[in-house]
Amino acid sequence: MANVAIVASPEKSIAMRGDVKSLHRAIFIAIAAILIVAPFVLYPVFLMKVLCFALFALAFNLLLGYGGLLSFGHAAFFGMAGYAAAHAAKVWGLTPELSILFGMLVGAGLGLAVGALAIRRQGIYFSMITLALAQMVFFFCLQASFTGGEDGIQGVPRGNLFGLVSLADDRVMYMFVSVVFLAALALIYRIIHSPFGQALKAIRDNEPRAISLGFRAAQYKLATFVLSASLAGLAGGMKALVFQLASLTDVHWSMSGEVVLMTLVGGMGTVFGPIVGALVMVAMQNYLAQFGAWVTIIQGVVFVVCVLVFREGIVGLIAKVIRRPL
Amino acid sequence: MFVNKLLAGAAFICAAMPLAANAQMSGDTVKIGLITDMSGMYADADGPGGAEAIRMAIEDFGGTVNGKKIEFVVADHQNKADIGAARVREWIDRDGVDMVLAGPNSSVGLAVAKIAADRKKPFFAIGSTSSRLTNEECTPFTIHYAYDTVSLSKGIGSAIVSDGGKKWFFLTADYVFGTSIEKDTRAVVTEKGGTVVGSIKHPLGASDFSSFLLQAQGSGADTLALANAGADTINSIKAADEFGVTQGGMRLVAMNMYLTDVHALGLPVAKGLYMTDGWYWDLNDETRTWGKRYFAKMNKMPTLLHAADYSAVGTYLNAVKATGTDDGEKVVAQMKAMPINDMFAKGGTIRPDGRMIHDMYLMQVKTPEESKYPWDYFKLVKVIPGEEAATTKAESRCAAWTGATQ
Repeated sequence: MANVAIVASPEKSIAMRGDVKSLHRAIFIAIAAILIVAPFVLYPVFLMKVLCFALFALAFNLLLGYGGLLSFGHAAFFGMAGYAAAHAAKVWGLTPELSILFGMLVGAGLGLAVGALAIRRQGIYFSMITLALAQMVFFFCLQASFTGGEDGIQGVPRGNLFGLVSLADDRVMYMFVSVVFLAALALIYRIIHSPFGQALKAIRDNEPRAISLGFRAAQYKLATFVLSASLAGLAGGMKALVFQLASLTDVHWSMSGEVVLMTLVGGMGTVFGPIVGALVMVAMQNYLAQFGAWVTIIQGVVFVVCVLVFREGIVGLIAKVIRRPL
Repeated sequence: MFVNKLLAGAAFICAAMPLAANAQMSGDTVKIGLITDMSGMYADADGPGGAEAIRMAIEDFGGTVNGKKIEFVVADHQNKADIGAARVREWIDRDGVDMVLAGPNSSVGLAVAKIAADRKKPFFAIGSTSSRLTNEECTPFTIHYAYDTVSLSKGIGSAIVSDGGKKWFFLTADYVFGTSIEKDTRAVVTEKGGTVVGSIKHPLGASDFSSFLLQAQGSGADTLALANAGADTINSIKAADEFGVTQGGMRLVAMNMYLTDVHALGLPVAKGLYMTDGWYWDLNDETRTWGKRYFAKMNKMPTLLHAADYSAVGTYLNAVKATGTDDGEKVVAQMKAMPINDMFAKGGTIRPDGRMIHDMYLMQVKTPEESKYPWDYFKLVKVIPGEEAATTKAESRCAAWTGATQ
């Protein structure tokens, strides 16, 4: 049973063409520049929400676009890490970077547990196993006392970064979140454009051939799953500290669906696509909130249009037009 | 070329910086914000109707207070705590909102309470039922206006037991709301002389209640209490009707239901059901007048949440008028000092822990034959005095009120 087969434009060689590399560098610098000026134009908390979800979508895209594995249960890592970070910050009183790190470790551990089971199957069966395990995590979070059930963990203190800098001010927190986001983006980029990433793409495109060449496909897939889960955990932990709460919404299956949509709308298999997808989704949720019942209708229409018109996603379409991989 | 365009774009944004100053706190208007469920499960109980009720309150007040214009903004929290929290943060930090009301969903309510308290703005929890808002999470700025889980359990527990329902069976939804309501009601029932014959938990969002109801019917209880809410309550009532629970002689008690739920179920299915409500449109002339005004705009009769929205805004505006300022601390102090006498509550007061004490009503749903006109659904069985339906000071876990150190 083949994995999800994605037809991406093949790179010319293992080493990228110079102009593509400089294009990506320029995009990275542009993103950094936008992040520096954005808080003066837009509301910092909204921007932080975009960044957390963008990181979540980037982590998910690592698994879907480059690993070819569609997980329907990524919210489990995102939300569970959020609960872990919130608990660490509120009850144990850890500093924010340690709480987020703890959240990331919880995401990684959970990813290892889920991945080890799910990797054994392929295609739709893989997706269903991830969904089922994520639902178990949801019901665990619903019942466990430390999560607070449907009230969630409220009043999480943002604390002092490294014990020195207070993160209570939204601007300071924004700077912290942007730095972490850029570092994670650089990390994901490095993973994708590395021998590991190349082997992963080979496994995605044709697993039997990759195995015949000597690659241990299961190990690569599991490693990617754990990486994806830990970065999703990083996003979840940060989000818990930004909003100072962790709730059941973050482990609900609809959150898993949202990240799939973010990745698809932005461009599955592109590096920067999920960022655009997350921006679109979060902006819609935020700015359409005053339209009441129309929100869900407008969101639905946008998705239908995106799926029909932008098959490759927004960034995928741009990449096709400029004929460079993004 | 592409790179040049990107740099040009970035430069443009830099140039636009000075044009987009942060919105200053506007001292010239009194801005009210309502964050509620506009499109989900509780959209009928509060939702757009709540927004309309608040507009009515502003209109009745005259549109201005002390010369300042009154503005109103509303948003949908979509039952997600982070959307609700982010929106209220932005309202207070950037848009100069002076007072926030929150509709159903306790996780949003708890998050907003914290945000409002940090920024010293009054916060009215209208739809959230979690009693934590006036206990563990109490703040000087939270006012729990309409009702909470304690009023539901104390009110209905004592009223039904004194009305003759001595043997209870609980059908509980397996989540925090359900288990805490069951625990509170159990305590009240046993204290008043009743007995709890048994209880069973059903998973949240269960669709098939047959096995649970059969157990209830076989338990020998005379009262079946539904410790659940929303869709679970509606589905269990439908199933109870199919199984002939009330025909068999058992009282059916819904712990958390709204007038709009009864309307959705219809009298043939919901007849005979007992429930507590904080307000009903057909109680007296004042409520009827207001109810009909609301009906003219919304084509439905208001629930207690709509009435509470109207009353809360009226109370707030009266306090602003009396103190001459919209400063949060002064207005809250004024509201806690003055009695509330309007169509929602007579002789209502706001306690130091933030709880608004007003009478609750034990209602029974009429049979189709007893109902004489549209929306004539309830008959009043008993009035439950406000103090009886609230946490007492001895039971309170609000450190600021009891003076206990935490």
